[in-house]
Amino acid sequence: MGVLEVKGLSLNLDGKSILNRLNIDFWEGHVHAVVGPNGAGKSTLASTIMGLSGYRDFEGDIIFKGESIKELDVNERAKRRITLAWQEPARFEGLTIRDFIRSSAKDKSVDNIKNTLEEVGLDGDEYLMRAVDKTLSGGERKKVELASILAMEPEVAILDEPDSGIDIESIERIFEAVKVLKSKGTTVIMITHSLAVLNQAEHAFLMCNGTIVDKGVTDKIRNYFEDKCIPCPHKNIPRAAETGGRA
Amino acid sequence: MSADLTTINDLYEKINSDPHELDDPNVAHLVIDHNKVLGQHLVPGLHMEVDELEDGIKAVMRLDDNTVLEKQVHLCFGMYPEKGVQRIVMDVTIGKNARISLLSHCVFPYAIDVQHIMHGQIRIGENSEYSYFERHVHSPKGGVKVYPNAKIEIGKGATFKTEFELIRGRVGLIDIDYEATCHAESILEMNTRISGKADDVIKVKEIGHLVGEHAKGVLTSKIAVRESARAEVYNELTASAAYARGHVDCSEIVQDNGIVSAIPIVKVEHPKAHITHEAAIGSVDNKQLETLMSRGLSEDDAVELIISGLLSRKKK
Repeated sequence: MGVLEVKGLSLNLDGKSILNRLNIDFWEGHVHAVVGPNGAGKSTLASTIMGLSGYRDFEGDIIFKGESIKELDVNERAKRRITLAWQEPARFEGLTIRDFIRSSAKDKSVDNIKNTLEEVGLDGDEYLMRAVDKTLSGGERKKVELASILAMEPEVAILDEPDSGIDIESIERIFEAVKVLKSKGTTVIMITHSLAVLNQAEHAFLMCNGTIVDKGVTDKIRNYFEDKCIPCPHKNIPRAAETGGRA
Repeated sequence: MSADLTTINDLYEKINSDPHELDDPNVAHLVIDHNKVLGQHLVPGLHMEVDELEDGIKAVMRLDDNTVLEKQVHLCFGMYPEKGVQRIVMDVTIGKNARISLLSHCVFPYAIDVQHIMHGQIRIGENSEYSYFERHVHSPKGGVKVYPNAKIEIGKGATFKTEFELIRGRVGLIDIDYEATCHAESILEMNTRISGKADDVIKVKEIGHLVGEHAKGVLTSKIAVRESARAEVYNELTASAAYARGHVDCSEIVQDNGIVSAIPIVKVEHPKAHITHEAAIGSVDNKQLETLMSRGLSEDDAVELIISGLLSRKKK
C-alpha cells in the first residue's frame, strides 16, 4: 500500500475529461516519475493532488496515510507535509529569497537557508537577500523553488518538470537535490517529459489521455522514450519533439 | 537624564533605531517633538536655522557648494500628545556639486487626532545629489492626518531621490502632494510605499516635469489596501525637451473591500522625448498565494508575506 493513493480520480475542466478513473499508488520514501505526452493530464494530476483552485471538483479520492485529503485546502495538505514545486514558479516582487525559503522551512535559521541554496547550486551569501522576482532567471527561480522544498522537509514532494529551464551544468545539482529528499525519507513524484529525469526515478507511470497506461520499474517505462509509445487508445499522439524524435 | 533626552530615546525606540547614532560628531541631526527642538547638531558645510512656531517649526537648511556629507543626516519629527497639529516648514537649498542624504522619521505613536503638515521648498544646485528617505510610524488607532507637500527644483545634472514609507501602524489619512521640475541632465526618482487598512484613506499626487534635455524621471508607487481602506494615486510625468526619458510604475494590491483608483498621466511634448507607463492593480496573484499555501502558510499569512515583499524597500 502506498503512502499516497489516488483512487478512481476523474476530473473535467471546461466540460472536457482530463483525468479519467485514474489510480496510482506512490510508495513511501521512493522516487517516482509520471511521464507522458503533452495533454496527458500529468500537471493536472499534480495540481489535483495539491488541491489547487480549479482542481478541487473531482470524482474519486486521494488518500494520504490512510486519510482522505479530498476536502482539505492547499495549506492543510501542506501542513501534512505534501507540497508542489511549480513548473514555472511564481515570482514575488520585493520578497527576499531568505524570507521566501524561511516561510516554509522547518529549520528557519539563516545557516540552514544558505545550506539549502548551496544544495541546489546557488551561492548562499550571494542569493540570500536577492528578491524572488524578475531579476532571477528562469533557472535560478527553479532552483530557489527547489531550495524551499528542501527546507520544508516534506513527506511528499511533487516536482513538476524539475529540469525545465535548467542548464546542462545544473541538472546534476537538481538530481542531487532529489537524492537529498529521498535520503530524508521524502516521497518524490516527478512530472516529466525528460529521459534524464525519468532515469532518476525508481518507479514510473506512463500517462496518456488522463489515465495510466503502463507502470513499473523505470527500465520498463524507458521504452516509451527509447523505442515506441506504449499502444493505447489515446487521442494525444506525442509529437516527435517530445519523444526524442519518435512518435 | 533630561526630559528631552528621555523623549529622544523614546522616539528612537519607536523607530527601532539607536539614539546613540546621534552621538557621532559626524552625524548631523535635528529632533523635533511637536514644536520644540529637542536636539540639533550640524556638521561643516551644513547650516540650519530652526524657529519654533506656535504649532510646529520652520527650518531653513543650506548645504554649501562642493560639500559632500558622507554620513546620513537624521531628522526626527515626533508628536507625543494624542491630539494637536504639527506644522513643519522646510526651506532647503543645496549648493552646487554637493551631496546629502537625509533619513527622516515621523513618529506619532499615540495619536488619536493629530495633523502633521509638511511644507517643503527644495532647490538642488547643479550636479548635486539629494536623497530623502521618509519613514512614518503611526499609532494603531488611525488618528493621524498627514499632509506632506513639496515643490522641488532640480538643477542641471542634479539628482533628487525621495522615498516615502508608511507600512507600520494605521495610515489614518495621508495626502501627499509633490511636484518637481527637472532641468537638463537631471534625475528625479519618487518612490512611495504605503499599506492601508480599516478605513484608512491614501491620496498620492506626484508630478514631474522633465523640462531639460536628457532629464530623467521615474515615479513609482506601491500601495496595498485591505478591509475598507481607499487609495487614490495620481502620477503625472511630462517631458517637454529632447531626449527626456521617464517611466511611471504603479503596483497596487486590493484585498477585502478596499478600493484603489490610479490615474497615470504621461505627456510628451517633444518628438525626441519618451515616457513609458506600467500599472498593475488587483488582488494578490493566485499563483503566488497558492505557492506559499502549498508550503504551509495560511491564506492570511501568505497575503501578508506577499504584501510585505511588495512594500519592502528596494535594494540599491
